[in-house]
Amino acid sequence: MEKTQNNKAWLLVLPVLVLVAFSAVLPLMTVVNYAFNDTFGNNQFFWTGIEWFDDMIHSERLRAALGRQVMFSLIILAIEVPLGIFIALNMPKKGFWASLCLVLMALPLLIPFNVVGTIWQIFGRVDIGLLGRALQGMGIDYNYTNDPLDAWITVIVMDVWHWTSLVALLAYAGLQSIPQAYYQAARIDQATRWSVFRYIELPKMKGVLLIAILLRFMDSFMIYTEPFVVTGGGPGNSTTFLSIDLAKMATGQFDLGPAAAFSIMYFLVILLISWVFYTVMTNLDREEAR
Amino acid sequence: MRIRSNAIVMTIYLLFLLVPIYWLVNMSLKTNTEITSSFTLWPQNLTFRNYMVILTDPSWYMGYVNSLIYVVLNTVISITVALPAAYAFSRYSFMGDKHLFFWLLTNRMAPPAVFALPFFQLYSAMNLIDTHIAVALAHCLFNVPLAVWILEGFMRGVPKEIDETAYIDGYSFPTFFVKIFMPLIASGIGVAAFFCFMFSWVELLLSRTLTTTFAKPIAATMTRTVSASGMDWGVLAAAGVLTIVPGALVIYFVRNYIAKGFALGRV
Amino acid sequence: MSRITLSNLAHSYLPNPASEADFALKEMDHVWEDGGAYALLGASGCGKTTLLNIISGLLRPSQGRVLFGDRDVTDAPTTERNIAQVFQFPVVYDTMTVRDNLAFPLRNRGMDAAYIARRVDQIARMIGMEDMLTRKARGLTADAKQKISLGRGMVREDVNAILFDEPLTVIDPHMKWELRTQLKSLHREFGHTMIYVTHDQTEALTFADKVVVMHDGRVVQMGTPEDLFETPAHTFVGYFIGSPGMNLLDAEISGSEASVQGAKIALGATYGPMTGRTQIGIRPDYVTISDEGLPVKVKRVEDVGRHRIVRAEFQGQPLNAILPEGMSVPAEARAGFPPAKINVYANDWRVAPAGG
Repeated sequence: MEKTQNNKAWLLVLPVLVLVAFSAVLPLMTVVNYAFNDTFGNNQFFWTGIEWFDDMIHSERLRAALGRQVMFSLIILAIEVPLGIFIALNMPKKGFWASLCLVLMALPLLIPFNVVGTIWQIFGRVDIGLLGRALQGMGIDYNYTNDPLDAWITVIVMDVWHWTSLVALLAYAGLQSIPQAYYQAARIDQATRWSVFRYIELPKMKGVLLIAILLRFMDSFMIYTEPFVVTGGGPGNSTTFLSIDLAKMATGQFDLGPAAAFSIMYFLVILLISWVFYTVMTNLDREEAR
Repeated sequence: MRIRSNAIVMTIYLLFLLVPIYWLVNMSLKTNTEITSSFTLWPQNLTFRNYMVILTDPSWYMGYVNSLIYVVLNTVISITVALPAAYAFSRYSFMGDKHLFFWLLTNRMAPPAVFALPFFQLYSAMNLIDTHIAVALAHCLFNVPLAVWILEGFMRGVPKEIDETAYIDGYSFPTFFVKIFMPLIASGIGVAAFFCFMFSWVELLLSRTLTTTFAKPIAATMTRTVSASGMDWGVLAAAGVLTIVPGALVIYFVRNYIAKGFALGRV
Repeated sequence: MSRITLSNLAHSYLPNPASEADFALKEMDHVWEDGGAYALLGASGCGKTTLLNIISGLLRPSQGRVLFGDRDVTDAPTTERNIAQVFQFPVVYDTMTVRDNLAFPLRNRGMDAAYIARRVDQIARMIGMEDMLTRKARGLTADAKQKISLGRGMVREDVNAILFDEPLTVIDPHMKWELRTQLKSLHREFGHTMIYVTHDQTEALTFADKVVVMHDGRVVQMGTPEDLFETPAHTFVGYFIGSPGMNLLDAEISGSEASVQGAKIALGATYGPMTGRTQIGIRPDYVTISDEGLPVKVKRVEDVGRHRIVRAEFQGQPLNAILPEGMSVPAEARAGFPPAKINVYANDWRVAPAGG
C-alpha cells in the first residue's frame, strides 16, 4: 500500500512512545548508570568506566553461561521448528477435529511459566512423577537433580512440550492460506509429496516460519522461570542460562555493577540478532509485494 | 492410509502434550499420603480437599484475583495505546517511522531479567510497588510492541479507500476510527488482546519482583508454597490446575480465530 | 489419447443425498469424442467445475463411471489419468524460474533433459515468454503467471485431454483473444481433446466445435454452435445463448397452431398433445417488425451499433426483435413470426414435432 507522508502521525504514536519510554527507557538508563559506576549505597556513585564490561567479557562464568545459552537455543530451534512443521502438516484441515487439535495445542502456551516448570518438576521426579517412575521402571538411570545430562534433556523436552505448538500453529496458519488449486495443480503435474512440500508449502510458510524462529529464538534466549523452577540452574551450573545467571548476580549477590554491564551486553546481543532477523523479514516482505 | 498416519501422529503429539497436564490434575485430586506413599495412575481416594484449601483461603484465592486484575488492566492499556499507533504505522510514513517500529519491537525482545531490578527501583521511587498498576505497566514493556505489531498487520489488510470514503462522507477521525475502522479489524483486536492476555498471564519474573503481598499473583503465591516445609504437593498441584483454567477458557472462546491469530494477520 | 465416456454419472457433496436437489451434478450419460474441442458453458454454480474435477480425477463421483477409451478410471488417481488442467486463477511455483515451472510436469515424469529443453522453448515461444525464462515466477503479473499456468498445461504432448477452467478470467481483453486463437491452433496442430469451461458465450462459441451447456447440475444440450442457436433443447439454452436471448412466450399448442392469449401463430410443424407449461420460442433475430403481422406495443428501441434492438410487448409478454440496419419502426408496429424458426417447449424442454 502507498503510504501518505504525514508527520502528524507522530501524535498517534505518542501514547505508545510515552508508555514504552516510561517502562523501557527509564529502567534502561538506571542499568546504564549502574554499568558505568560503582556504588556503596546511599546513592553515591563512582565512575568506573568500562571496568565492569571488561570484567564481564573476561569472565569465565559469563562465557560458560553464554555457551550453554547458545547451545540451548540452537537445540530447541533444531527440534521445535522441524517438529512444528511436521505437526502442522499432519493436522486436520477443518471440522471438529481441527478445532479440538487447535484448542489442545494452544493449552501449554497459556500456562504460567512457573507452572510449566512445576508440571515438569513433578512429572520428572523419580518418587512421585510419572515420567521419572516410568523411566526407572524401564531400568534407565534417570535423575534430573543429579545428572547434568538428564537435567538438560528434561529442560529441553519441557521447552519442546511448551513451545512446539506455537511453531506448529504458525505453520498451520501458513498452510491454511494455500488455495486448494495449488494442491490440485500439483497432482495434475504429478508432483511428489516432497515437491509439494518444497515448492508449494514451504514457500507459503516462509513468512510465518521466520516469525516463529524469531520468537522462539528470542524467548529461549531469555528463558528464566521454567528451568529455574525445575533445576534451579543445576546440578552445579549445568543448566544456568544467561537470565538465571543474571538474576543470581543481581538479586542474589547484589553485584549490581557487573550485573548491569552484563545486562547491557546481553541486550545488545539480542538486539543485534533481532536486527538481522528484522532486516531479512522486511526484505522478504518487500520481495513478496513486488 | 494417509489419513490414518496423520491421526497417529496427532494422537501421539496430543498425548505428549496432555499426559503431563493429566498428571498434575491426577495429583491435585489425591491426598498427600497417596501421592508420597503409593504410586497410582488415578486417584484411589478421590478428594477435593486441595481445591477447598485454595478456594477458602484468601491468601490463595486473592492471588487469582490479583493476577486477573493486572492482566485485564494490562490488556486494556496495551490495546488502547496500540490502536492509534498501529494505525499510524499502517497508513502514514513519517520521520523515523521505520526506526521507531524496530525500536518498539526490540522491547518485545528485552529479557525481563534485565529489567527486573531497574523496574523495582523505579516503581519503589514512585511508591507503586505492590500495586496492580505497577505490574500492568511493567508488562506493557513487551505487550505494547506486540499489540502494535499484530494490529498493524491486520490494519494493513484494510483498504485505504475505506478511510477516504469515510472522510468524504464527513466522518471526523475519532468517529471514523471507533465506528467504522475498529469493527473492521475486530478480529485483529481480539487476537491482539488474546496475546496480551497470554503473555501477561504467563509472565512471572516481573510480576513477582514488583509485588509483595497486596498484588501478589497466583503464580508467585505458588512458588512460596513450593519452598515451604512439608511440601503440600496436593495443594500445589491444585493451584497449578487452577492457573490453567483461565487460559483454557480464553482459548475456548477464541478457538475459531486461533489459526489466523497465530499468523498475526501476516499470512 | 482416448474417448471420454461418462456413464450414469452423478455427484453430490453431501454424504447422504436425499433428494435430487442435493446433487451438484444430476445423473448424466455423455461421450466426449477423442480430439474434440469442447466448451462447457453455463452460469456460475451450475456444476461446470465439479464435472471438470471429476474428469481429471480431483473428485470421485458419488455414482456412475468415468471411462477413458475402454478403461474404467473412476477410481484411478489424477496422476494415472494423464490429464492436464489449467485453473481459473494462476497457479505457479513461486520459488522456481519460469523455465523450471514449465519443465516441472515433464521432469516429474522423468523425461529426457534434451527433450525437456526443446519442448519448454517451444511452449515459451507459444505463450510469448521466451525472454523471461530465467526469471523467478514470484513477482510476475497475474497475466504472466496465468500464461505460465497455460504453458504448464500444454507442455505435455501425450495427455489424454487438456481441461481449462475459465483460464482467461484474469487476462487482459486483447491478450484473451490472442491466447484463445493460439489454443485453437494448438488444438488443430496436436489434436488433443480439449474441454474449456467458461461462462462467456462468445468465448465458448469461438473456441469450440461442440458446446456443452449446463444448467442446474445438468447438461441440457451438447451440440454445435449452430444447433444451440437454431434449436435450443432447453429454454435455458435459448435464454443463455444469443444477445438478447430467445423470446419465450407462454402459449397453448394445438396441432400446427399456437395461441398466445388468443393471438394465433402458425407453427412450422404439427405437434401432439402436451402437458405442463407450454411455450413457444423464437430468436429476436428472426422476429420481423414491420406493418405486417400481429400488433405489438413498442416500448423502446436500443441502438447497439450494427443493428437496433426493439423492446416490445406482445399480448402482455415481453418480446425482443432485432431490426436490421436501414429499417425503421412503423407507427403501428406489427410483428411477424416465421413458422420455421419457432421452437415449442413443454416444461422448459424442447418438444419435437409429431411425425417430423
